[in-house]
Amino acid sequence: MKMLLLIPLKIFRLLIQSTLLALNQIWVNKTRSILTTVGIIIGVASVSAVIAAMDGMNNKIMENFETFGTKKIFLWPERPSSGPKKNVDWWQIRFKQEEFNGMLEYCPSVESKSFISDGRNLPARFEETSVESVRLNGVEASWFEIENREIIMGRPFSHLDEKQGRKVCIISKGLRDKLQMDQECTGQAITFGYHTFLVIGLLEEKPSMMFDNSNRDNLEAYIPFRTMRKISNNEWFRVMANCKSTDLAEEAKAEIKFFLRRTRHIRPGEPDTFNVFVMENEVKQVMGVLGMISGVAYAIVSISLLVGGVGIMNIMLVSVSERTREIGLRKAVGAKPSAILTQFLVEAVVLCLFGGLIGLSIGHLSTMLISKFPLMEGTRIPFWAILLSFGFSGGVGVVFGMFPAIKAARLNPIDALRHE
Amino acid sequence: MPDTENNKILIRTQGLTRTYKVGLERVYALRSINLNVCENEYVAVMGHSGSGKSTLMNLLGCLDIADAGQYELNGINTTYMNSSQLAHVRNQQIGFVFQSFELLSRVSALKNVELPLIYSDAPFGQRRKLAQEALRRVGLSDRIHHKPNQLSGGEKQRVAVARALVGKPSILLADEPTGNLDSKTSDGIMQLFEKLHTEGQTIIMVTHESDIAAHARRIVRMQDGEIVSDLPTEQDPLSVHYEDPSASEPSQ
Repeated sequence: MKMLLLIPLKIFRLLIQSTLLALNQIWVNKTRSILTTVGIIIGVASVSAVIAAMDGMNNKIMENFETFGTKKIFLWPERPSSGPKKNVDWWQIRFKQEEFNGMLEYCPSVESKSFISDGRNLPARFEETSVESVRLNGVEASWFEIENREIIMGRPFSHLDEKQGRKVCIISKGLRDKLQMDQECTGQAITFGYHTFLVIGLLEEKPSMMFDNSNRDNLEAYIPFRTMRKISNNEWFRVMANCKSTDLAEEAKAEIKFFLRRTRHIRPGEPDTFNVFVMENEVKQVMGVLGMISGVAYAIVSISLLVGGVGIMNIMLVSVSERTREIGLRKAVGAKPSAILTQFLVEAVVLCLFGGLIGLSIGHLSTMLISKFPLMEGTRIPFWAILLSFGFSGGVGVVFGMFPAIKAARLNPIDALRHE
Repeated sequence: MPDTENNKILIRTQGLTRTYKVGLERVYALRSINLNVCENEYVAVMGHSGSGKSTLMNLLGCLDIADAGQYELNGINTTYMNSSQLAHVRNQQIGFVFQSFELLSRVSALKNVELPLIYSDAPFGQRRKLAQEALRRVGLSDRIHHKPNQLSGGEKQRVAVARALVGKPSILLADEPTGNLDSKTSDGIMQLFEKLHTEGQTIIMVTHESDIAAHARRIVRMQDGEIVSDLPTEQDPLSVHYEDPSASEPSQ
């Protein structure tokens, strides 16, 4: 029992001793130690910086998805890729409003939906100022919630606006400024094409996004769906919805499919004549691709760590042959092979950890530089990467220090003492 | 043969044999050595180079393993030990003094002397005390913080002796301890050995210098891997020269 308690104590003592010896050895050979660890320094610095950059990019892209809305569901008529309706006329598969009656009740995962009638680009005019082309869209009041667009002034479409197809509009700040309207533009009238609309609300600017270049100039105008149908005679529309939470995206999609197949009288076995697109899927795909890119990047920078490890091994081999006599002496005075092994192994590991520490600091500095670039704001080395870097450099020390250490431990004391 | 009446036998070898392979041939470095050494003996092993005296030293010092025969040191049979166990025996039982001192050049005399204690079970706090004590025994109390390059050859060898003594070994093995020293410093080291011997330390010393060997109480002569004579110093042929140091160099 007493023996069992003593063993960890002895190992601990051995480690402490070896560490002290190693630190002393590193201190004595300062220049060499630093040069040796350059490989590890560069390796760890690049690994940590790349991880930080990748992590930052991932976060940024996720953030963009969040802004864009991971809860969004897009619905549009689509010809099936097979079956008798493959070449059917678009007119026959168009959405009809009555097909969506009761959708929210039958699809519990769906929070709200909005018809969207994509309008044409029309010239807009306010008093003497005009803009050549503004895209006018017909939407329902719920659209602003689905798109997460805040109305900062005025009011949203009311029930009456929609029911009666009133000529009211909600415009973006960009359009207001372009038309040189008053700051408080509500109550003023804009003419789109041949129709004049009363401005009832002002929209917050669309948040800028990485992959969305549409509407660069932010000239937006929205009118009630019903109004749009009245003025354009366009029967074609699409639908947008959102699910109650991101996790429910797939369920919402299934519910909508089931619901629409029933209301559109699609028989079992027949393909869908519409498409339901869930953002969540895209997020997963993009994350998958990003993960792959990150993996490749990590693999490439890991090579530099490997090269650093070879450098450590080389210098440890030199150290072993340089200190052969010392090893012989240590063995003669009673150092067990395990003690010699530990001494050299710990020396390699300490060297590597030392390099890892410097590398991490450099990585941190580079990360601070990276975070100055656009799209990379807030980039920093994640905590797990710090642990990983240390773990990895320690591992490199063990792996590449093992061979020289074994070589030292196996030295025959007589030959070692005779070594010149 | 030594006087074994009162003293305990420290070293007992039986048929100790060591061969080396040179090409296809087996060369006998040691042929069936039987040697007993008692506590508090002072033995000199003499012989030409190639006589096997160094091989014997290595075997007695547990640095090497015999091909045949038995070796018992202080009641411990080392014949079948592995390298780890041998290291422990070296640490506990043997103090080495080498011809070229083998001090660690970057650390102080004190740290050099502490070295064997690092590998023993001596408590951390006692190391320094034990090392200081050993340095005092060899008369270097005032040199403990000097590094080897600040010490003379004789002082270096004294540090080495202190290092050999610090673990309180049962035998002190000295391999040509004066080989790198001038005659005056050699005398100093021999006086130190004499003092240690009177203090009860068992000493075995390999040398090819007769006047050095003459300090021992017993001289073992080797030739071609065999012991050719094993006599008390006064009966050894070289004792003639010892009686009269001013006489001509011993024939070698």
